[in-house]
Amino acid sequence: MAMEVGPPRGLRRAGPGPRQAVIIGCETATFTNWGTPMKPLKLVALALAFAALAGIAHAEKKKLIIATEGAYPPYNFVAADGSLQGFDVDFAKALCSKLDADCDIIKQDWDGMIPGLIAKKYDVIVASMGILPEREEKIDFSIPYYQSPTGLVASKAAAIKTGADGFVDPESLAGKKIGVQRATAYETFAKEKWPKAEVVVYDSSESADLDMTAGRIDARFDDFIVLQTGILSGDSKDDFERIGNIWGEKAFGSKGEGIGVRKGEKDLLEAINKAILDMRADGTYKQINDKYFDFDIYGG
Amino acid sequence: MPSFLDLKGYGHLLIDGAMITLSVGVAAMAVALSLGIMGALARLSSHAALRGLGTTYATVIRGIPELVLMLLVYYGGTVLLQWLLSLGGGDVRVDLNAFLAGTLVLGFVYGAYATEIFRGAFLAIPKGQVEAAHAYGMTNGQVFFRIKLPQAWRLAIPGLGNLWLTLLKATSITSVIGLTELARQADLIKAPTKMPFTVFFAASLLYLAMTAISDLVRIRAERWASSGFRRS
Amino acid sequence: MLGPFDLALVWSSLPELASGLVVTLQLTLLTILGGIVLSVPLGVLRTAPSKWVSGPIWAYTYFFRGTPMLIQLFLIYYGLAQFKAVRGSGLWFILREGYWCCLIAFTLNTAAYTIEIIAGALRNVPLADIEAARAMGMSPFAILRRIKFPIALRILFPAYTNEVVFILQSTSLASLVTVMDLTGVARVIIARTFSPYELFITIGLVYLALTYLTLWGFRRVEAHLYRHLRGRPVAVVEGPALR
Repeated sequence: MAMEVGPPRGLRRAGPGPRQAVIIGCETATFTNWGTPMKPLKLVALALAFAALAGIAHAEKKKLIIATEGAYPPYNFVAADGSLQGFDVDFAKALCSKLDADCDIIKQDWDGMIPGLIAKKYDVIVASMGILPEREEKIDFSIPYYQSPTGLVASKAAAIKTGADGFVDPESLAGKKIGVQRATAYETFAKEKWPKAEVVVYDSSESADLDMTAGRIDARFDDFIVLQTGILSGDSKDDFERIGNIWGEKAFGSKGEGIGVRKGEKDLLEAINKAILDMRADGTYKQINDKYFDFDIYGG
Repeated sequence: MPSFLDLKGYGHLLIDGAMITLSVGVAAMAVALSLGIMGALARLSSHAALRGLGTTYATVIRGIPELVLMLLVYYGGTVLLQWLLSLGGGDVRVDLNAFLAGTLVLGFVYGAYATEIFRGAFLAIPKGQVEAAHAYGMTNGQVFFRIKLPQAWRLAIPGLGNLWLTLLKATSITSVIGLTELARQADLIKAPTKMPFTVFFAASLLYLAMTAISDLVRIRAERWASSGFRRS
Repeated sequence: MLGPFDLALVWSSLPELASGLVVTLQLTLLTILGGIVLSVPLGVLRTAPSKWVSGPIWAYTYFFRGTPMLIQLFLIYYGLAQFKAVRGSGLWFILREGYWCCLIAFTLNTAAYTIEIIAGALRNVPLADIEAARAMGMSPFAILRRIKFPIALRILFPAYTNEVVFILQSTSLASLVTVMDLTGVARVIIARTFSPYELFITIGLVYLALTYLTLWGFRRVEAHLYRHLRGRPVAVVEGPALR
């Protein structure tokens, strides 16, 4: 019962009726064999027990399922044709060819990103995830594949000021609503450093941007490239301005943005680290980088 | 495609989503009907343990919001399956994907309501008929398939019509676990199109079309179901 | 993979969850109140003989009963902000709050169902009772207030009890538009601790308790109100039913 892993969930075009149900019900269930293969007897027993619930197939070729968020432009987003695109997605594709693996890139909500990896819904996270200590307790990260610049963008009407240190003045944030994405370093940072502000959490950066445009919140705190692509380029971009300096990854205790794998997957992690360095060396990285940014986001 | 549904080129995603909505709805309905019949039989069973099981199921599931159950099963269910499988040893991935999780949770939730509907229907079948069938020498199985089930279906139809309509709308909850059905697609394209009202209004019209057609079918089915029964 | 159920985590989350519970209860109560205010007059008008009166109300209830509450909520929360005119209007100070958007969406939704419940009950008031009142020379308003309403209330009580339970459970949708209700708080804690079971099972039990407390409470009220009717068949509500 060799079952092909179907196209990524986010990209799947709908077919009519129950047939669709059968196809979807059987997809994306495979063994991960980065180490020793399974004993046939156990395989049969397990297949018998659970084949009815979810299709199970042997891994004959190195197969990887990669998760990204799809709501974080320009890093990852859904295009009009329903496909996943962006820097992370191109990077993930290049990574796959370096690893010589058969890959599916799927969409996963940010909230469930780490639980989904642990639950083996996918093998790799390429979703602009910062390498934070609390995340490292749960999963392993590659070396950083880029450095994210963080910025605060406020509505001009909110009169939020820059402080003496060149960053936003916490006092001027008193009583202001700051939109951040749930389960991010931005959420933690904002709640900790600006206790007088009201931190509003969103499921995605896109939703927060919509509310910023709508005037529900006074400021957005996020990756600055995301803010530039989002609210600072929309119809009402003239209503908003950047406040103060850009924060580096260190301000959040992050080593940079990393690729996540389950704990203990040493071979996979080493292969990924090597692939990143290879991509830097052979120009693949620069090619992808230049498609999205006019500077080298890999950082020094 | 009507131009108002084009939505800067994203409109077709809503149509795709509506198809998935119907698929997950139909699949969940099948699960709900099966569970409903089994649940009703359990609740009416002469075994105390079965009765308890059926009653607990119907009682607990109806007391918890679908959203919470959906999130629990999606995030928790996979890990639970994983753990069960790991008892057999080995490294296994069982992906409770969004479609399967959505179908199971909706089927499970609405199976609890279907249990009550079928229970009512089974109770409404006159005892005399069952006694008469037994007197003819029918076995319990024959009584169930020839006397009880055909009539229970008819008696249950008004309730089941309502169940389908509610379930169809509840499929929108599967959007929170990432199933790209109608509500999810609308949520995804609200930002890139920058037309949230138009997007959600178009989505609501698609839902309305589905529920309106279902409602017409339901009315016909009810008329059919009651045609054999004389009003006394 | 499956760790032990972390009771300590549940315990330490209780204060946060309690604040969410308050929001959930507030939303439920205010939605019920809003729903009653809206649906009593509209429910009466829904039974009006003129199509010009009952027609628009039918259209409203048809739309709100034919589409998912989730979509209605998003239509109001994300949708209305699409229009500059709305953002510039005086209403915006209400619509800019996720909490108020929830209240509006939930109220419009429950009112649609309650209007049909009320209209259905009013239609089922026995004609003989109304004719008797008319014969006694009661005005139409007096008939409505003294005959139709009390009888209709008794008829609709079980269905309305069910509606209240439905609202209670539906408030969990508020978490999708930045409101920190019970579900919203749980999701924030889960995002921090990566412990879906502990939190979802805990809040599941809270909702379960609230659901059956509500059913029990309403049944007590019903039994008290109609104690003089004891012996007559009363609809038995064993648990929540479909709307």
